[in-house]
Amino acid sequence: MVDFGGWELPQQYTSIRNEHLAVRKVAGLFDISHMGRLVVEGPGAEASLQWLMTNDLAPLAPGHAMYTLMCKEDGGAIDDLVVYRESKDRFLVVVNAANRAKDTAWMQEHLAGSATIEDHTKDMSLIAFQGPRAHELLPKGSSKTDDIPYFGFRAGKVAGESALISRTGYTGEDGFELFVDSGGVGEVWDAILAAGKAQGVLPAGLGARDATRLEAALRLYGNDMDETVNPYEAGLGWTVKLGKPDFIGRDALAKVKAEGARRSLVGMRTEPGSIPRHGAAVSHDGHHVGTVTSGTHSFFLGHPIALAMVEGPSFRVGERVTIEVRGREAPADVVKLPFYRGSARSAVAPAKP
Amino acid sequence: MADRRYTKTHEWVTVDGKTVTVGITDYAQSQLGDVVFLELPSPGRTLGVRESFGVVESVKAASDLYSPVAGKVSAVNEKLSAKPELVNSDPYGDGWIMKLELTGELPPDLLDEAEYKKVTEAGAH
Repeated sequence: MVDFGGWELPQQYTSIRNEHLAVRKVAGLFDISHMGRLVVEGPGAEASLQWLMTNDLAPLAPGHAMYTLMCKEDGGAIDDLVVYRESKDRFLVVVNAANRAKDTAWMQEHLAGSATIEDHTKDMSLIAFQGPRAHELLPKGSSKTDDIPYFGFRAGKVAGESALISRTGYTGEDGFELFVDSGGVGEVWDAILAAGKAQGVLPAGLGARDATRLEAALRLYGNDMDETVNPYEAGLGWTVKLGKPDFIGRDALAKVKAEGARRSLVGMRTEPGSIPRHGAAVSHDGHHVGTVTSGTHSFFLGHPIALAMVEGPSFRVGERVTIEVRGREAPADVVKLPFYRGSARSAVAPAKP
Repeated sequence: MADRRYTKTHEWVTVDGKTVTVGITDYAQSQLGDVVFLELPSPGRTLGVRESFGVVESVKAASDLYSPVAGKVSAVNEKLSAKPELVNSDPYGDGWIMKLELTGELPPDLLDEAEYKKVTEAGAH
């Protein structure tokens, strides 16, 4: 068990390798109840979230979710999060565990009109069933999910229990995040594992979650970015909609965009055995150029992978740098992101004309 | 295996005449998590007691390996380069790490099973 933002989470249930491969090849089940769940509601809810978030939530229809950043006035990222629109005036906001108190206070401070914010982290649990076969391995008593698009969600049933079924995730694979009443989540958890056991479904811990999210190049707040990093530096400029109505951090971010980011997050791979760790120095031609923000061994790809924050936008795919590993300089190649593109987007084919 | 002896740094040894086989303990592998790589010494290298002879790298961290005895490396487990996970699945068997030709006597401070168990229990949270 490891402490993760004040929650006790298993690094692995059995083996990180097996859990990781299960997620990539079949499906794995994660307990992600440590993530904060906040409900923002009321006539001013949309305006409040538009003011708080960098992404444009106006086009978001009920039953759809959107990834966004929340920034300070200077453009530094307070958190990255997903906003789910349940109805015109009701939104579910899922935030990082370690940031829940900070985010709640910040959002509370900037709510407009009669909008309210309520914390449902404890009474509503969150589990994620992720993998290329997740959609066909939901247990009996589950709603049909064929027509839920990527980043869509709907109220339904899983193993007979009421659940909000969301086609989202943090692994790069197709699959679901399931919001279930905390009273019934244990039964849902057990039912999913029992139904998928013969096919190779495994419960998956934090180790597999970190490896799969890193292969998919999904950022981890606290490692890959923090309040000193702006969305452009984190490679998340696509979540900043400068053309939408004014929002916190807009002026600073417009300036960053006009001048160009001073740093950038890039992907790297190293030789087997040289695992870059968070905080390791990155050098190029003998000069210090940056720092590893996340690194692990990818059991799926067969070599270590890393994200690093480097100075300037100057590194191109194929360039050779070195990373400090166990006190020595290990060669590393700059590679394209993501390291691996899973089944996520391809899961729901667009309707044929 | 009654003759297995342990170190406080979580290596184990078995002795057969002058040949000493070295690995890491079940407790060590469970704490490290999935092992992905081992950096091992070349056969012929001479090691002193508690000299660092290699690194075991897991998903979580890289940890130094220390020689429990003084001796000359006579073999390393070549299987581990392709299957480092043997250290996890069979730490006292196929997951052995190296063999040494012992120089002199066994160090007196090697632990027996009961003594080593106390070390791991003190280290557990």
